[in-house]
Amino acid sequence: MKPPPFAYAAAGTLDEAVALLDEAGEDAKLLAGGQSLLPLLAFRLARPSHLIDIGGIEGLDTLEEQDGCLRVGALVRHATLERADLNGGWQALREAASLIGHLPIRVRGTFGGSLAHADPASELGVVAAAFDAEIVLRSVRGVRTMPARDFFLAPLTTAADPDEVLVEARFPTPGTGFRSVFEEFSPRIGDFAYASVAAGCRLATDGSARDVRIALGSVGPTPVRALDAEQALSGSFLDDTAIVECARLAAELCDPDAGDWHADGTYRRALVSHLVERALRRLGGGP
Amino acid sequence: MAGWLDPYESAAVTLTVNGASREVRVPPRRTLADALRDAGLTSVRLGCEHGVCGSCTILLDGTAVRSCLMLAVQGQGHDIETVESLADGDGLSALQQAFDDNDALQCGFCTPGFLMLIESLLRSEPEAGRDRILEVVSSNLCRCTGAVPVFQAALDALAANRDDP
Repeated sequence: MKPPPFAYAAAGTLDEAVALLDEAGEDAKLLAGGQSLLPLLAFRLARPSHLIDIGGIEGLDTLEEQDGCLRVGALVRHATLERADLNGGWQALREAASLIGHLPIRVRGTFGGSLAHADPASELGVVAAAFDAEIVLRSVRGVRTMPARDFFLAPLTTAADPDEVLVEARFPTPGTGFRSVFEEFSPRIGDFAYASVAAGCRLATDGSARDVRIALGSVGPTPVRALDAEQALSGSFLDDTAIVECARLAAELCDPDAGDWHADGTYRRALVSHLVERALRRLGGGP
Repeated sequence: MAGWLDPYESAAVTLTVNGASREVRVPPRRTLADALRDAGLTSVRLGCEHGVCGSCTILLDGTAVRSCLMLAVQGQGHDIETVESLADGDGLSALQQAFDDNDALQCGFCTPGFLMLIESLLRSEPEAGRDRILEVVSSNLCRCTGAVPVFQAALDALAANRDDP
């Protein structure tokens, strides 16, 4: 369907955006790339009174390592992120971006939009949860930051207040030698993933895994951090026994009764186990 | 500060389409796809109207985007290309000819979207390999051909472009 009616304003600066958002009230929405919001409008899942277009604001597309973190601005496009010149520690971010929708979606879709939309199948939400991103929010009241684990509350629901703009996410720079990967399964290229995994670790000089990070997507209302699986693998070698046990623990987090008609809970659990194994084998130097 | 455009109020937006500047008057909710069609560019097809089918694919600043997932007001200042720009007079472009040679169209509804999608790939990734071409072609839906002839046309067009850019 055509979008429902709404008032529209294009913000030229971040100051303007937060002022417009404050003025428009709690039924207003921000428009960046529009690749999730416009379908929501078409389906009448959202009927905002006002749209504030932040797509033209300069300086919101930062993508750089600075002061001990990788800053990813709200307006960084997925197509930019997937081809960004980042070191191996950020490989999961690039791989996740490359799996979002199809090419024309990634050309327009934005990093901040994806996080703020908070779809449980969002690749970038899983990466943010896995690597402890800090979400930076700004309103007329000021700036605050919030860890990704507190940001995602439920499907399409975040802890951001109605007057706040997601400005950027800051990923703490990991230790030397840290590597990360992203794996997902979807029935066809570009579909929503039935399950996804972001994983990362650093191999100590003796070959054991350290700083293990594992998060899962599409298996609950928000991205899930697999803390037990991380702890079990930490200090172990990435051998078959450890990988299988880690995958089993991660899969335990999937409620077997929580699936839907696309994929039931038992199937998603099996997918998680398989995807975690695949991710860990890659981190261990496998194909 | 920028002012509000009321829901039923129209604003003048200047769109640069296929090299020519056009002024359209649109309310905020008008999609870019609808605005282009209203301006006579009926090659832009609306299938699903929610970003799944890809029939409304156009080039925005030289890259494929879905015009049903953009508002017309967002088109201001961007360079837009539709399938009307591909042919040189009555002569088909090499990509269009590849579609003809491979029977890559039947009803033709999805064809402009596919042509602009693959045109974008030709320009931005002329060295794209088979897997990448398959991934990109899978962005759009064709319910007549089964999509394989479209994929074959894309393979041929990229191969011909590599041999004779």
